[in-house]
Amino acid sequence: MKAPPFTYHDPRSRDDLIGLLAELENAKLLAGGQSLVPMLNFRVVAPDHLIDINRIPDLAGIRLSANAVVLGAMTRQWDLQASADLAATAPIIREALAHVGHFQTRSRGTIGGSCCHLDPAAELPALCALFDAEFDVAGPNGARIVKVGDWFKGYLESALEEREYLQSIRLRRWPAGHGYGFSEYARRRGDFAIAGAGALLEFAEDARIRRAAIVVFGVEPGPVRLVEVEQILVGQTFSEAVLAEAAAQASALDAMADVHVSAAYRRHLAGVVTRRALTEAARPARQAV
Amino acid sequence: MSARKINLTVNGEAVEAEVEARLNLADFLRQAIGLTGTHVGCEHGVCGACTVIVDGRPARACLMLAVQADGAKVETVESLGTPESLSELQQAFRDRHALQCGFCTPGMLMTIEALLRVEGSPTREEIRDVLSGNLCRCTGYQAIVDAALDAAEARRGTR
Ligand code: FES
Ligand code: FES
Repeated sequence: MKAPPFTYHDPRSRDDLIGLLAELENAKLLAGGQSLVPMLNFRVVAPDHLIDINRIPDLAGIRLSANAVVLGAMTRQWDLQASADLAATAPIIREALAHVGHFQTRSRGTIGGSCCHLDPAAELPALCALFDAEFDVAGPNGARIVKVGDWFKGYLESALEEREYLQSIRLRRWPAGHGYGFSEYARRRGDFAIAGAGALLEFAEDARIRRAAIVVFGVEPGPVRLVEVEQILVGQTFSEAVLAEAAAQASALDAMADVHVSAAYRRHLAGVVTRRALTEAARPARQAV
Repeated sequence: MSARKINLTVNGEAVEAEVEARLNLADFLRQAIGLTGTHVGCEHGVCGACTVIVDGRPARACLMLAVQADGAKVETVESLGTPESLSELQQAFRDRHALQCGFCTPGMLMTIEALLRVEGSPTREEIRDVLSGNLCRCTGYQAIVDAALDAAEARRGTR
């Protein structure tokens, strides 16, 4: 099918964008287009105005500071994957990106688009949850920061207001040498994951876990941090008991059911991928240098 | 309805056209300028038949608006070779029987072309990964992977 008619706008600056957001009714923002254009072609959405933000020059980019990584909302998944800086500071991101769409869609797909569309199976919002992200949004009424815990409102629904746009995402850096693991299960490579998990571990000199973060996605409508397990892990050495506890908690999530997969199977997979991600994160060779 | 004038380069030639905003790049290539080599299968980003190269990167032409290609450099399957003089990649497809009905072929070729520009010596595994974004209902893929490996070798001059 073909997209329904709309009026097209391609602002060249943030100020012009904010002007359009203030003025237009029933407008939709177009980022990389890898989710929105299919929805337009299917006529699932029919905005009166399409605001293409691809020509605003300073919305893309990767900036590192001492304790944060700031990703411009329009940074392409391809560029995230290619970034040596990102691979060195947060290697799980490159690993996860291999599962985001395909070679031919990462060229245009953006991190901001993925985080505003919020498919439950999307890897990038899950990484944002893992890194305690802050979302920097702006609109005609000014800018505000939304913490990741407040970002996920429900199925395909973020905290972004109708007249706002996402400027950038700030991820909290983990110390050099942290362990990381990522695992997902999809029926075909590049398909939406049925369940996935990511884990970060920081170890003290005595091999005890100093800090842990675990996220499970594709299971509930938004990514879920296994906060209780993270707390249990701190101060312990890595063991089978720890893994079993994490897998059990992941398998107890309120899993969605759909035409392909029952809730019970999804819960089972949630436990499996959580176990795999944590096991990877604890492997000494996998700890980032 | 909103129409716009766009200027872009398609296969090295300057093109100027007036397009409706909702027209996607695949339909623009096929209908507005008659380059029917780019195929349209699903129109929602799943099959890869419409893959072209935009500013050096592979992209789904059904997921881009023609207006978004204003100022861009677009390459389609027509840029690869001619019937008399196939490109190394096209020749490898022919030699390996990597096409049957040919519907997926333009997208396969442009995807592999884009891959070989960034990775001159891809492994079988890397090729399979990249081709996960292109569906073929005929060949079973193995011959396509073989052809991609052959083409990489030919381009390195080691074959
Ligand atoms: S027609 Fe574009 S991906 Fe199928
Ligand atoms: S050759 Fe027929 S779809 Fe690939």
